[in-house]
Amino acid sequence: MFSVDLLINAVVAGILLGGFYAAVSLGIAMTFGLLEVVNIAHPVFVIAGAYAAYMMNAAVGLDPLLTGLLFTPIFYALGVAVYRIYYASFERKGEQSLRGLVFFFGILFIIEVSLVLIYGVDYRLVEAPYIGRSLLIGPLGIAFRLLVPFVVGVVLTLALYLFLGKTFYGRAIMGVSQDALALRLMGADPIQIKTIAFGLGIATASLAGALLIIIAPVEPSIGREYIGRVFAITVLGGMGSIGGTLVAALLLGVAESLTSTFSGPSWALAVSFGILLLALAIRPSGLFGR
Amino acid sequence: MRRQGMQRIDTRTLVGALIAALAVVAIWRPLVQAAQPIRIGFGMALTGGLAANGKAALLAMEIWRDDVNKAGGLLGRPVEFVYYDDQSKPATVPGIYTKLLDVDKVDFVVSGYGTNLIAPAMPIVIERGLVFMGLFGLANNEKFNYPYYFQIAPNGPNPSAEFSRGFFELAAGQHPRPTTVALVGADAEYPHNALAGARENVKKHDFKVVYDQTYPPSTVDYTPIVRAIKAANPDIVFVASYPPDSVGMVLAAHEVGLKPRLFGGGMVGLQFAAFQTKLGPKLNGIVNYDFWVPEPTLNFPGINEFLQRYQGRAEKAGVDPLGHYLPPWAHAMMQVLGQAIEAAKSLDQKTVGEYIRTHEFDTIVGQVKFGPNGEWAKARMLLVQYQNITGTDIGQFAGPGKRVVLLPEEWRSGTAIYPYGEALK
Repeated sequence: MFSVDLLINAVVAGILLGGFYAAVSLGIAMTFGLLEVVNIAHPVFVIAGAYAAYMMNAAVGLDPLLTGLLFTPIFYALGVAVYRIYYASFERKGEQSLRGLVFFFGILFIIEVSLVLIYGVDYRLVEAPYIGRSLLIGPLGIAFRLLVPFVVGVVLTLALYLFLGKTFYGRAIMGVSQDALALRLMGADPIQIKTIAFGLGIATASLAGALLIIIAPVEPSIGREYIGRVFAITVLGGMGSIGGTLVAALLLGVAESLTSTFSGPSWALAVSFGILLLALAIRPSGLFGR
Repeated sequence: MRRQGMQRIDTRTLVGALIAALAVVAIWRPLVQAAQPIRIGFGMALTGGLAANGKAALLAMEIWRDDVNKAGGLLGRPVEFVYYDDQSKPATVPGIYTKLLDVDKVDFVVSGYGTNLIAPAMPIVIERGLVFMGLFGLANNEKFNYPYYFQIAPNGPNPSAEFSRGFFELAAGQHPRPTTVALVGADAEYPHNALAGARENVKKHDFKVVYDQTYPPSTVDYTPIVRAIKAANPDIVFVASYPPDSVGMVLAAHEVGLKPRLFGGGMVGLQFAAFQTKLGPKLNGIVNYDFWVPEPTLNFPGINEFLQRYQGRAEKAGVDPLGHYLPPWAHAMMQVLGQAIEAAKSLDQKTVGEYIRTHEFDTIVGQVKFGPNGEWAKARMLLVQYQNITGTDIGQFAGPGKRVVLLPEEWRSGTAIYPYGEALK
């Protein structure tokens, strides 16, 4: 069954999938990787983003991507509020480890149940002109449904990478992840910086959710299926490394796609997590970890 | 003397009071019992991946309960439901049914929705000798042969093979006759059973299998799978998938340009309005299983009235607005149990179970008669083809002509468009 056409298509499909995985994992890379806040609720914020895209698509026919962009300030504000509560209730008291985890589980369930109450439990999809169509370049077929999330995922990664490396606030976020006390001595407020970083992490969920609903139908609890994958990508890329997150996402995407094509799709996840274990055995801090 | 007289009077009074009390209890007890509801317990997927169907089923069952109570209940007693959310997780089922039986003390239990959620309840109901109505399980009783399990889905005596029998019979009868098959499905109980049955039918018709794989239910991108299938160049593609995968497979098939001669089989979810209105014309040509469709050949007494009432409440409940797939069957399942309790005039599990085994029932999905293994005595699995779908308007799916019944012959409402690619033109 092996053919070069099939191989090229499998690699390209994997890269496209990896771009989407990167978009979903960036928020975790910010909140968990940089701030060490075990935000287990991140996937449900992504689902909330997907429902926002669905709502606007069903009500006024707005493109899901546009909704994803429009809702980023709202998600940013939501992230700021969640972090403020988390900080005041747990982090300030040094109780963030176990109780903080329970707090985010609580957030996960509250958002999930809220979505059930508002939208019901039916699967939701969106309509967009690029869904179900593909671009043919010789033997290569590229589904727009995956190309769009890939492009957005890469642009989002690049934007965050530049923000963290080139701007004052970005460098402050990198600083607070390394030494909060040193940052305080420099006259910056670590809590304020962490609040901004957490808000940004949640803001990415708005776009990631829009990408998710372009690819597949969603229902309120579907986010749980992504928890393992997104944390695996964050850890594999190296905690807090935005570039590493993209590389890890692409690696797992390609591994999944190649396995699905040539060895049988039931092995896809096993191979992905096998790569994770192998990589961690060789480099415990992840591919690009500090 | 006086004291003796007083004592005698007191004794008489006491005896009299005792007799009166016993008489009151004797009369009152049945009255009290008569007022006590008959409790029917079940777990149902109200959250999680199967919740869209689970909630729709619950609504249909509640419509039955309300009707029964309005008509005076069962055996003169009102009917009450005790149910818990199984979260679409099989692991929650044993705990739920143990609680229903030991703590809630329900009179009857029925199953939640789907093969995966029925399977974990089977050992409990078998151990306790309970009547167990099953809602859309595929081959759940094959290994147990439990006499009081009854499956409302019309899979017939050999459920695994029956599920895909029509699909492969249709393929075998086409000209030119297809020869090669791809089998693909999710790694879960239902797809495994459906694929096992499909392999039996493939062997029976002497087709050659060129692809036979399963995928994890959490798969995001189906294009590599569909591309691998396309590379194997099968004439027939049989898919046993759950709702999100069904959408993924249909979209990927269009994106990759997969055009076998026959495509479909066991795709759960394509029957739902939410998917029909989004996939629209991409559904054309797919040949899939179904249980009831709004075709003139399947216009059973009471079905339209039921659907009208269901559709009136569906929006508020946030469930499938058309309700063609599961709701009529959830309602029919309760009709069977209710009719059996009334006719047997008993709540005894064995009495009611024996009655269901030996009698035929009138329901909104037609006449129901169970065979020795608890499946329908005669299969009525429908094979339908999506035809002439234009746009994504929901109204077109409410009436006939869009899901044409190809098999069984008795219920046929149209002819197949073959090969698959022809229907896409």
